[in-house]
Amino acid sequence: MARIIAGIATSHVPAVGHAVDSGRTQDDYWKPMFEGYEFSKQWVKDNPADVDIIVYNDHASYFGMDIMPTFGIGTAGKYDICDEGYGPRPVPVVMGHPALSTHLAASLILDDFDMTVLNRLDVDHGLTVPMSLMYGQPDAWPTRVIPFPVNVVMYPQPSGERCFAIGKAIRDAVQNFDEDITVRVWGTGGMSHQIQGARAGLINLPWDIQFMDDLINQPEVLQYKPHLEYMIEAGSEGVELIMWLIMRGALGDKVDEVYRFNHVPASNTSVGHLILKPRD
Amino acid sequence: MKPNFEQFNDIPGTTIFTMQMAQKGFQLNEFCMSLRTQENRDRFHADERKYLDEWEMSEDQKQAVLTRDFQKMLDSGGNVYFLSKIFAAEGMSYVQAVSTMTDMNVEQYQAMMVAGGRNIEGWRSKKERGEA
Ligand SMILES: [Fe+2]
Repeated sequence: MARIIAGIATSHVPAVGHAVDSGRTQDDYWKPMFEGYEFSKQWVKDNPADVDIIVYNDHASYFGMDIMPTFGIGTAGKYDICDEGYGPRPVPVVMGHPALSTHLAASLILDDFDMTVLNRLDVDHGLTVPMSLMYGQPDAWPTRVIPFPVNVVMYPQPSGERCFAIGKAIRDAVQNFDEDITVRVWGTGGMSHQIQGARAGLINLPWDIQFMDDLINQPEVLQYKPHLEYMIEAGSEGVELIMWLIMRGALGDKVDEVYRFNHVPASNTSVGHLILKPRD
Repeated sequence: MKPNFEQFNDIPGTTIFTMQMAQKGFQLNEFCMSLRTQENRDRFHADERKYLDEWEMSEDQKQAVLTRDFQKMLDSGGNVYFLSKIFAAEGMSYVQAVSTMTDMNVEQYQAMMVAGGRNIEGWRSKKERGEA
């Protein structure tokens, strides 16, 4: 039986990817942020998993407005890296786990979550920047990955309740997979940031910290927070945080907080990062 | 549930990319998506007007692109993740491009970010600010 051994939440700022790719992580501007991930890089080595299910959003990199899936799941054997306007990031190709992702996709659909099944998918900074933060710059990524893209770009995004519920369904599906493998679930994006309009640059760190506390301690209350509140309090792009609820749903009722880190700013963003362990 | 696309209108200095806005901006955003290949970026930079004329965008949208008026692009249905293809292709960062939509220059904007970002106090509601 497969097991979920941890949840990881982290921002996925594109400029962080540039800093890694151009060797600037030790610059004065970046050093304090990357130092905050040193613990985690060691922790994921000490607590290895076979598969990472990475909940992220595409930023008009693979999906345009031709097709905009609300919830998608990659079922491919490998995923290439998107050209986001300046050439693809120089990172290893992302290898999939077709058997588990096929099982997951089918389970979710049978549980009434109408997934878009993606046999072809290129992945952007939303997925690769968290991997760079956790794994550094290896020649090949250490785990198999199941990309789980969510529409957070166009309103209406899926509700918080729906995100939390699909996370619980991911937990059930993983536990019903017959192979004896270990899995981590990642929720990416956020925290508060706004990258458009006269209000750009908005950061709301107290709100971000409260969000982390609620995610850990009372996700069943947090799930009802309306999109409007995210957009007012955490900025128009802060609504990405609904993806953290999917990760949280996949961890079961009670979790232990292994690690927490906040840093302002990376580019325009309040960086937040959590490692959580399911208690059962 | 009846959709409420107007609920975001009271947020100051903010354009929410709703499904309605996505309709309005479809061709503009399609043009942006085309810049994901070097070949198209080169063609666009060689003759911007000619390249834009290949798309069924409004003249206003084309002018907004030519003058790099990102706020105007947002107002006509563009979304910043799509628009990022325009400024990324010119080697511009999000901080540089985003600052142009505020009342600050890029140095002032960067200084605000490094000092902790824009404080939300006073930025929750147009009504509160006397803008509506
Ligand atoms: Fe994002």
